[in-house]
Amino acid sequence: MTERRPDGLTVLPSDVAPTDAIQVADFTPDLVDVGEHHLCPGCGEPIAIRAVMDGISLLGLADKCMAVFGIGCSTAFSNNLDVEVLQALHGRAPSVATGVIRMRPELAVFTIQGDGDMANEGLQEVLHAAARGENIVCIMLNNGVFGETGGHLTVTTTIGQRTKNTIEGRNAAEHGHPMRIAEMLAQIDGVGYVARGAVNDAGNVARTKRMIVDAFTAQQQQLGLSFVEILTMCPTGWFIPTDEAPAYLAETIAGTHAVGVLRSELT
Amino acid sequence: MTTRLVEGSEVVADAMVRAGCRFFAGYPMTPFTEVLEHMATALPPVGGVCVNAESELEAVGMVWGAAAAGTRAATGSTGQGLSLMQESIAEASLAGIGFVVLNMARGQGDYFQATRGGGHGDYRTPVLAPSGPVEVAELMAEAFELADRWRNPVVVVGDYYMAHTWVDIETPGEVPEPPPAPEWSLDGHSGGSGAAKLVSPLGTAKRRDGVGYDLAAHYEGCAQRRREMTAGITPRAELVETDDAEVVLVAYGTMARYADAAVSALRSEGHRVGLVRPITLWPFPEAQVKAAADGSAGVVAVYENNAGQMIDDVRLSLLGSSPVVGLNSFATDSSAFGIAPDVTVENLTASVRELLSEFGQDAT
Ligand SMILES: Cc1ncc(C[n+]2csc(CCOP(=O)(O)OP(=O)(O)O)c2C)c(N)n1
Ligand code: SF4
Ligand SMILES: [Mg+2]
Repeated sequence: MTERRPDGLTVLPSDVAPTDAIQVADFTPDLVDVGEHHLCPGCGEPIAIRAVMDGISLLGLADKCMAVFGIGCSTAFSNNLDVEVLQALHGRAPSVATGVIRMRPELAVFTIQGDGDMANEGLQEVLHAAARGENIVCIMLNNGVFGETGGHLTVTTTIGQRTKNTIEGRNAAEHGHPMRIAEMLAQIDGVGYVARGAVNDAGNVARTKRMIVDAFTAQQQQLGLSFVEILTMCPTGWFIPTDEAPAYLAETIAGTHAVGVLRSELT
Repeated sequence: MTTRLVEGSEVVADAMVRAGCRFFAGYPMTPFTEVLEHMATALPPVGGVCVNAESELEAVGMVWGAAAAGTRAATGSTGQGLSLMQESIAEASLAGIGFVVLNMARGQGDYFQATRGGGHGDYRTPVLAPSGPVEVAELMAEAFELADRWRNPVVVVGDYYMAHTWVDIETPGEVPEPPPAPEWSLDGHSGGSGAAKLVSPLGTAKRRDGVGYDLAAHYEGCAQRRREMTAGITPRAELVETDDAEVVLVAYGTMARYADAAVSALRSEGHRVGLVRPITLWPFPEAQVKAAADGSAGVVAVYENNAGQMIDDVRLSLLGSSPVVGLNSFATDSSAFGIAPDVTVENLTASVRELLSEFGQDAT
């Protein structure tokens, strides 16, 4: 099934799921309107968004929250949720969420951004929002690429990772070093909770859900900015077969971006 | 009547608060800075919020959020800072998020930035140009009304002179309550209802209704709203002695105040000179310019402190029916903050006298 392009990148059919795959629509939470999505088979982002929505349901926040979306593949969900959504521009979600929380401090305001959106285009926004102690939850779906534009290098791309503009794999001498965003945020005063989860297997999904619940709990307790980074599979942008993506995440991406709780002011 | 001597920038801030503005964010830059300072002290007592944003990008992002959450909100800056905000201003127009943007310019080199926008896409923003602090209060209220009515950013133009001229104004009374949040705005409470609200520059079609984001349909809807907005805003101008004018000056903002003084001086010498002062820069008062020129004018002279920008709009208003000249020399002191030592009534009257001898019937 898999072809090779002249430049050596693998081209995978993106519209056919493996016949034995469990469909994400089979476990759609209440707050996701339509279970089917148009993202690639094997994409981790729908799983991460479901985990976030599960957390909101669990805490009973559906009618007291607002999601602020960035621009990337996950934008496909910004018109598919039964919570209020304010769509922001690429990189701008934390400042937009700031405007909302300042005028409606009673709400659970949260952002959903990709790594390209949050850490490339708008890194200063989340750092400043954290230092200002904005009482919001920021969620970064980190797949180490610009999935949306076709798999390009981001600031979180790990050493050795192949992207469209690092065909032979990222090397530090030519392309610089990956940035660890959760670690950066964990050391800022004004931050209530910081964790990095992943959605590559059931155990990590369950762990990530707990992180989300803790992040929103910290927000409800007004502890300042909470941050959850979620490592998500992007088989298309990683140029690997769909079913190899979870293991690739565990073996390569999580080697640089370690899963765990980095900071918690929750008592 | 008790009056108070205040700086123009405080008049601007006070006018915004009285117009219902309860959220303001900005980043210092001359001559916008003092407005931000005054907002920082004026908003908290009325329950509002002013954020000293870490950049203009973040300032306009915050205003995007506050306005979408139903608050009358504003930001502003000067040339460079406004250039940084253009992406959000352009897309706010597509998202249907209205707020006010102060364009506190250095001189008048930012006429195009204000009236055309430096942003991308098929959008326009209404632009109001008070001629000084006294007119600000009235126009600021109108700016917020327009932003609400058309769900579109609205630009108010000022400059160094407006910010720093001290004026004696009537001591204002109680600050009125802002209007209630508009119905389309977000309050977080429609979630879980099966019809949660969405505000987005990509449109508001939801997947649950069997449609995804359809940019073709959304952009057509935006174009239709823009057509209605263009037709729905009455272009305004002040006309000074234009009925029999042989030389019709066209000037806005600070330059119009010099032009107004020049018209008085020349009229007292018996010269037939008049002034059209555009108050809305977009939509441009084309009909007023055309009517003034169609009187007895020999020439329409556009007086602006730049190398010639508004003159394009004047030419479009006249479509060749009268000769148009630019009385523009980009005048500035070495700071380039917008102080223009060459802009004087004497210099302007001298230029107009030359025009009279060339185009006027009573030319000597
Ligand atoms: C100002 C601006 N620059 C570039 C783009 C094009 N663009 C859209 S999505 C995207 C990258 C998204 O990457 P990421 O945030 O990691 O999300 P992913 O697609 O990987 O989920 C880019 C560069 C844009 N929309 N706006
Ligand atoms: S390109 Fe990557 S992130 Fe985007 S939908 Fe496909 S798998 Fe998901
Ligand atoms: Mg990404």
